[in-house]
Amino acid sequence: MTNQYASGIPIYLQLSDLFTHRIVSGEWAPGSKVESVRDLAILHEVNPNTMQRALTQLEKDGLVYTERTTGRFITKDKELIGKMKRKLAEELIDAFMKQMESIGIGKKEAMELFLSRAKMEGGEQ
Amino acid sequence: MNLIEISNLSKTYPGTKALKEIDLTLEAGHIIGLLGPNGSGKTTLMKILTGIIRDHEGQVLIQGQPVSEKTKALVSYLPDCSYFSSWMRPIDLMEMFQDFYRDFSREKFRSMLQSLGLNEKQRIRTMSKGMVEKLQLCLVMSRDAHLYVLDEPIGGVDPAARDYIMDTILSNYNEHSTILMSTHLIADVEKLFDTVIFLKEGSVVLHGEIDDIRAREGKSIDELFREVFRC
Repeated sequence: MTNQYASGIPIYLQLSDLFTHRIVSGEWAPGSKVESVRDLAILHEVNPNTMQRALTQLEKDGLVYTERTTGRFITKDKELIGKMKRKLAEELIDAFMKQMESIGIGKKEAMELFLSRAKMEGGEQ
Repeated sequence: MNLIEISNLSKTYPGTKALKEIDLTLEAGHIIGLLGPNGSGKTTLMKILTGIIRDHEGQVLIQGQPVSEKTKALVSYLPDCSYFSSWMRPIDLMEMFQDFYRDFSREKFRSMLQSLGLNEKQRIRTMSKGMVEKLQLCLVMSRDAHLYVLDEPIGGVDPAARDYIMDTILSNYNEHSTILMSTHLIADVEKLFDTVIFLKEGSVVLHGEIDDIRAREGKSIDELFREVFRC
């Protein structure tokens, strides 16, 4: 469990990224209740204030909302979740293109490679 | 009101200045890492907060009051070495703490002992160093204090037990109190802190929130520490 956080990035942002991923993937279902700050902090072995900050970030992004008496919930706004999914997908593609470029493969060649690889993967199923 | 207010604090040992004109204000509700190499003044500062060292210059207030018998009741202290007698068993220490501290909870102590795998009837002299450290932590965290001062609480335990101990600290810490903790194992525990203080040769050279420092420096606290204190 030690050192599972990347060194140069604030821990709260790494947590909010992780939770965004869970919301987008459906692991955390729309409208479901978010565990308490305390329980999440213990689970992820982080400071409760850091966890609080991560959830505040999700609130700012609109992915989580607070009901005054009952706690925090995942948004039911599927359109927003879809938008966030697209944003994440674009980030993954950017990273992919950057890495391809670093081994000397341009966008066009990368796309061809991607398509033939995707076909192969599909054929195996 | 601030939990701790330190102004112009200096402490001199014959021949050396351990603390040099320190000003620090700490609020309630934080877990603070007190970091610095050997001899930087960490233990001295902790002993001043707990009232063990009294002949210092400057002012130290805890909840607005100078360090005294009254503030000692607010502070739960884990010293850097064990003060237990070898014949004692956890159960004897439980009685002792119960007599000393009104905020001590037997139930909490017992459940912590159990979750850390300690036997309440085992004598200290037959315990390993790691077991004694765990026992000490159980005692200290079983108090409902305003300030926990932990001097190297995980130095002697193996990495697997470290995770357990961090869980113990997190799950037993109430969010209105503050933990001030020194450690050399920064990489292992920095995610537990929201604030860090770097002490260098008796002076505060850095004091801030860890995620702000990470964002500003683009480094973990561990990496920054190695850079600031490079030999």
